[in-house]
Amino acid sequence: MKTFTNFGKAALVATLLGSVALPAFAETPPNMLVIANRIDDIKTFDPAESFEFAGADVSRNVYEKLVNFDPLDLDAGYAPQLAASWDVSEDGKTITFTMADGHVFASGNPVTAKDAEFSLRRAVLLNKTPSFILTQFGFTADNVEDTIKATDDKTLVITLDKQYALSFVLNCLTATIGGIVDSETVMANETDGDMGNAWLRTNTAGSGPYKVLDWKPNESVMMDLNPNYGGDEPAMKRVIVQHIQESATQRLQLERGDIDIARNLSPEDVAGLEGNADVKVVDELRGRLMYWSANQKVEALTDPKVLEAMKYAVDYKGMADSFLKGQYTVQQAFLPLTFLGALEDKPFAFDIEKAKSLMAESGYPDGFDLKISVREAQERIDIAQSLQNTWGQIGINVELIVGTGAQTLDRYRAREHDIYVGAWGPDYPDPNTNAGTFAYNPDNSDEAGATGLLAWRNAWGIPEMSEETLAAVVENDTEKRKEMYLALQKEFQQVSPFGVMFQQIEQNAMASSVENFVAGGATTAVSYWVITK
Amino acid sequence: MAQTTSQKGGQRRLPVPSWLRKTLTTFATVAITLLGLLFVTFMIGRVMPIDPVLAVIGERATQAQYDEAYLALGLDKPLLVQFGIYVTDVLHGDFGTSIRTGKQVSEDIARVFPATLELATLGTLIGVVLGVPLGVLAAVYRGSWIDQISRFVGLIGYSMPIFWLGMMGLLIFYGILGWVAGPGRLGVFYQGLVPDRTGLLLLDAMIAGDWTVFKDALSHIILPACLLGYYSLAYISRMTRSFMLEQLNAEYVTTARVKGLSEWDVVWKHAFRNISIQLITVIALAYANLLEGSVLTEIIFAWPGIGSYITTSLLSNDMNSVLGGTVVIGTVFVALNIFSDLLYRFFDPRAK
Repeated sequence: MKTFTNFGKAALVATLLGSVALPAFAETPPNMLVIANRIDDIKTFDPAESFEFAGADVSRNVYEKLVNFDPLDLDAGYAPQLAASWDVSEDGKTITFTMADGHVFASGNPVTAKDAEFSLRRAVLLNKTPSFILTQFGFTADNVEDTIKATDDKTLVITLDKQYALSFVLNCLTATIGGIVDSETVMANETDGDMGNAWLRTNTAGSGPYKVLDWKPNESVMMDLNPNYGGDEPAMKRVIVQHIQESATQRLQLERGDIDIARNLSPEDVAGLEGNADVKVVDELRGRLMYWSANQKVEALTDPKVLEAMKYAVDYKGMADSFLKGQYTVQQAFLPLTFLGALEDKPFAFDIEKAKSLMAESGYPDGFDLKISVREAQERIDIAQSLQNTWGQIGINVELIVGTGAQTLDRYRAREHDIYVGAWGPDYPDPNTNAGTFAYNPDNSDEAGATGLLAWRNAWGIPEMSEETLAAVVENDTEKRKEMYLALQKEFQQVSPFGVMFQQIEQNAMASSVENFVAGGATTAVSYWVITK
Repeated sequence: MAQTTSQKGGQRRLPVPSWLRKTLTTFATVAITLLGLLFVTFMIGRVMPIDPVLAVIGERATQAQYDEAYLALGLDKPLLVQFGIYVTDVLHGDFGTSIRTGKQVSEDIARVFPATLELATLGTLIGVVLGVPLGVLAAVYRGSWIDQISRFVGLIGYSMPIFWLGMMGLLIFYGILGWVAGPGRLGVFYQGLVPDRTGLLLLDAMIAGDWTVFKDALSHIILPACLLGYYSLAYISRMTRSFMLEQLNAEYVTTARVKGLSEWDVVWKHAFRNISIQLITVIALAYANLLEGSVLTEIIFAWPGIGSYITTSLLSNDMNSVLGGTVVIGTVFVALNIFSDLLYRFFDPRAK
């Protein structure tokens, strides 16, 4: 059985030979958008359950939220959508939303506060994986009837367990789980008390610009306009996303004019498009970070000098300029650039001599043996091999343990790794999403089982830093909050057993006529309704 | 001896017709084979060093959610009990839900298997129609240019990586020449135009009488089918040549020639007839191989078949889907075996 790594070679060969100009003979209709993307991660369309990238892309175009991002001005942050306005009580614990007029579900039912109440309560009650985004505010199955309440069709009142930064709460409501579903349609499809969960996995009931017409897993998603959409009518009446695994195949389709946008081109294929006037490539910073982390149960990795030496013995620029070219940029803080309070400082540069002298000062001047746990994704293996090489130069003998994503993750969650090379993407567009996992671990005991926290997975007990992280969550002065995150990241950079290395750049290739394609930046997902061509 | 009865310990046995005995034996063999296959696959899935709960809930779930999913999956029960529950469900037609697609596994397989069936059937047809004559000619004209071409074709077929040929085929015939359609089973403009009766797009389009859809589906399938057909051709032609050479050197062929029979009659009516039984096995094997799903071809051509379905499921630790797919593949192999046995009996009187 040939392995999947052969595809890289195949893509390269095809790219080299495919450098000949292809005759474009087809064009998609002007009101239809055809996209090639890897969408095999879609498990469900239910906003209370969906937690995958491709699923979020669909959800953002199908469901509206109380507050949402304007795709053409992501930097502005959240803005009113289904909620026209909101008031915060004096104690900061109660937020009262006033619903906006003119929003209608695809079924024809108007969107009311009752639907918002149903959707948010439902997300808590179903208790699916992303429910923590809401339950972190103190909502539980027992109290949702009191804490999430529609007092009439126009008013939704939510009561938090304590005061939080308003920006934190509202940012969380822009996540996929904040999608408001049509309560009447959903409950009409309820089976065995599942609040319509089974039905919503494969169907949609939103008030967004589109509705899902057909989904064939691992094959395609077809969306049509929601005829009742309250906003400006989108130029693209139909959106079809095809699952195309191979970069070279996506490129061929784009050059032939059979698709409008190719979302997973390799650096080689992107380079191969240079000089093609019919096609353009749009770069966008996304939220995913690539990092390595050191398990603090390994004694040698608790030595601050060793950790510092390891951070200097990473060829950041070399990797970013070679096999990661165009796909990642160097970022050394736990918040991705464009997030509130993201630190831009890059204190570590590849410096073998400095790393060697730090090792000499450490308790391990003769080096030691180490295992890097990495999943079988090419870019991660390449990074791990680079670390193996440069850390080898300072006396750390590295063995690579390559496994499937599930195997590697199992070891990581069980705190059985030495070094883990992995990626982390934000769950919701607020700095706490990363601060709350990289810099929060109040109970480091095995019994705590806080497998969701990266700091815990690396056995890094940080009661004081955890307090700082919690303090930033409740700070309502945005400027002050930003400063708190900046300080937290600076401290983290120096003392943590994490080596954040890169932030993802997404390169989307598209027909030159396509305008307003926004993949979602670091904060949200793609928005088809503003696209023209 | 189906008509005889026997006495043992004074008890009289009922006569069992031989056809019934054979049928029952076949059924028992099939059942044991499939059960064994399921058992092995199930156990491998359970003892793999991968946590099946994480595959369901994702890495960011809380411990409470983990515990809930653990119980819901029945992982707290002993392995044999888990297997027993699974087999009982399967016997009731319930293969479970795929954690990757959120749909019933049976629904998923009903969607992906026809795609593979259609591709494999066309691929095998191409392989047989071209491979058998090529093998026969190569044997008859041993050492000639025809034989050299046959060897060359076989060599390329055996040695070229399928993903490379697939990429090249796509680049040349789709990208540059534009003779065939691109990846996928059907163009985006034709989807949903014909009712899904069999899952075989060509057949469905014919039944609906929609020849535009038929042409588009044919344009999509022809390149991957030719690619798979080429690999079948390489195998079938080499085997045919080898079988034919053995026959052509036999004494009865010399006798036939001495008797003055035409070369056509010697080759096709005598020698070829005698290799037909071996060929059936070879073709059945080639067909079964393609029905397993050619993962690489399916990925390159974005063909939503069972090969990539099982592989992706395995990598995601979606064991319900893997087990469901394994049952289908196992059944196909067993069915093809039985079918070739039946054909043996039909063509070879000695097998009766």
